[in-house]
Amino acid sequence: MAGVIQAGGQTKSNTYTGFGPLLLLPSWLIIGFFLLLPVGMMLIYSFLTKEFRGGVIWEFSLAAYDQFLFDRGLFGDDPPKIEWTYIGIFWRSIWQAGLATVLCLLIGFPTAWFIATRSGVNKSIWLFLVTIPYWVNLLIRTISMKFLIRDTGPINEWLMAGGVISEPIHMINTAFAVQLGLFYSYLPFMVLPIYASVERYNFALSEAAADLYASRWTTLRHVILPSVKPGIVAGCILVFVPSLGAFLAPDLLGGAKNFMIGSLIEEQFKGNAGNWPFGAAASMILLSLVLIALMFYARSQRQQGHF
Amino acid sequence: MSQTPTDIAVDVQNVTKRYGTTAALANLTLQIRDNEFFTLLGPSGCGKTTLLRSIAGFENISEGTISLFGESLAGLPPNKRPINTVFQHYALFPHMSVTDNVLFGLLRQRVPDADARKRVGEVLDMVQLSALAERMPSQLSGGQQQRVALARALAPRPRVLLLDEPLSALDLKLRQEVRIELQQIQYNTGITFIFVTHDQEEAITMSDRIAVISEGELQQVGAPRDIYESPSNRFVADFIGETNLIDVTVNSVNGDTAMCTLADGTAIQCKSAGDATTGAGHLSVRPERLTLTASDTGDLSGTVKRLTYLGTDMRITIELNDGTTLTARMQNTDDTTLPDRGDRVGLQIEPGAARLLTD
Ligand SMILES: Nc1ncnc2c1ncn2[C@@H]1O[C@H](COP(=O)(O)OP(=O)(O)O)[C@@H](O)[C@H]1O
Ligand SMILES: [Mg+2]
Repeated sequence: MAGVIQAGGQTKSNTYTGFGPLLLLPSWLIIGFFLLLPVGMMLIYSFLTKEFRGGVIWEFSLAAYDQFLFDRGLFGDDPPKIEWTYIGIFWRSIWQAGLATVLCLLIGFPTAWFIATRSGVNKSIWLFLVTIPYWVNLLIRTISMKFLIRDTGPINEWLMAGGVISEPIHMINTAFAVQLGLFYSYLPFMVLPIYASVERYNFALSEAAADLYASRWTTLRHVILPSVKPGIVAGCILVFVPSLGAFLAPDLLGGAKNFMIGSLIEEQFKGNAGNWPFGAAASMILLSLVLIALMFYARSQRQQGHF
Repeated sequence: MSQTPTDIAVDVQNVTKRYGTTAALANLTLQIRDNEFFTLLGPSGCGKTTLLRSIAGFENISEGTISLFGESLAGLPPNKRPINTVFQHYALFPHMSVTDNVLFGLLRQRVPDADARKRVGEVLDMVQLSALAERMPSQLSGGQQQRVALARALAPRPRVLLLDEPLSALDLKLRQEVRIELQQIQYNTGITFIFVTHDQEEAITMSDRIAVISEGELQQVGAPRDIYESPSNRFVADFIGETNLIDVTVNSVNGDTAMCTLADGTAIQCKSAGDATTGAGHLSVRPERLTLTASDTGDLSGTVKRLTYLGTDMRITIELNDGTTLTARMQNTDDTTLPDRGDRVGLQIEPGAARLLTD
């Protein structure tokens, strides 16, 4: 019986707390080396002057941020106006990533629920099926998607052969194609954390809710969703953040008109034509947006007393 | 007691519940009266939870009907039944405060907010939790969580309250306190309680009536005293309290009395369950109704095997000549003289204490 009643955190032993900092050391080293160091470098690069053939000159400059935000005309001497091009790309990225997150949630939640409520070995089989796409590189999968949906691809061919349509539906190089790519790439990132939450969900709570006159909908809204919320939040972050910076799907499926931030940044560092400080500045702006969004979220949680 | 149909809160008629081929409930018929503290008692796995869940609507019964105040509950989902449950492991909503947990059912019933909050206050008072109203369930002890579960189930004022072993996770002292409180709350609210336990002492001390169940079948229904003093079969006698079962030969049965012969030839008159027949049978005698006498006097004789000190009294284990072991209890008073281990003693069955049982 003892394990049934969970007295929040009161059962933790203090025996090992002395080792705490030591246990974290490897993580700190890895995060320091591979995360903080590169981000710090990008931050510095974004304030340097661009080298014409890629790379930087070690000279302080705000040119990269200026280029991102302001339009000073062809020769750089007009009065500054807001530069909408890059803000537009950012806006499109946020919009696409947001939509991908919502779609992944709508499809991912029922999927995760279904898997978590299977019995024993069936659960493992379904989970295994969800992870199968990861056996193939994302690049290959995105290219396959391109072949599937192009005007002469199997989808259009079959629909035309079946007489459903007479002209191919134009899907490739549209915002729709980018969305399809994002949704497909990141769906498992939504399914897995929600699955983990539902797996831990105490189904007696649903019975208690029904016992207290709650309909199925009320039970979902007031009992199930709050209980599995950590999984939903994790899933949304895991889909939204990489979608925002994605470049494979927009590059391969979206074409030039559906540029997203990821592609913009990638372009600045690729080959010889790039502008490193500008790419670094765009990265910094993207990073700030994500951090601000997460901070707002954390604050709203604290106010509700969830921390 | 005369019974008009509305005296019956829950009417269980010929209910069978099968899981695959095994029957968790086998053709069970029970009537639970309005306002009573009714207990389902039986060993673990006998089907108590299954019956409770069938009444609440969480299980679909295979056969039979369950009615609430004369109306069949068939097809009614749990959220449409004016019945609330105190779950065995409480099932409190972990993300809601004590108040919000108790408020939950009231809001679903669309009780206006002000009334609902007032009622939450009353119910929390009743279970003495007012001081902890804003705590989260994880900040409560097991006993406090149990009270929240009770308050949450009482708040919507159900017609019937189901309690599935609500005390099993509490320690002994707390359990005894809560027993009395539960009884008091049942009496004050007048709500019909259906209480599930495998603890016969709990059942006897709390209930108006008890149904003893074994392997999905009803063994006996009655007031605690009837069940203890007039068990209808061997299972009930064995399960409720401690008893001695003595092999006898039944010579004649006359209504509810019978004449039997003990192994050593002593004749004895006893009460009998209705379906007793002549031939081999068992006498049930409670330990406190066996008296030790001098060797070679009394109804039976044997050797003292063990003495166990129990505080208020002494348990004495005696082996009869044919190898049967019996237990007697003696009060611990200054002037009792206790036998020693190995002493030959006689045993006297108190008049009227022996009861003839069928298997
Ligand atoms: N969902 C189920 N599937 C199969 N068998 C079950 C299920 N629930 C209960 N049983 C069986 O039904 C019998 C009665 O169980 P239960 O009502 O839980 O007993 P109790 O509450 O008296 O301990 C047990 O033998 C149990 O194994
Ligand atoms: Mg049970």
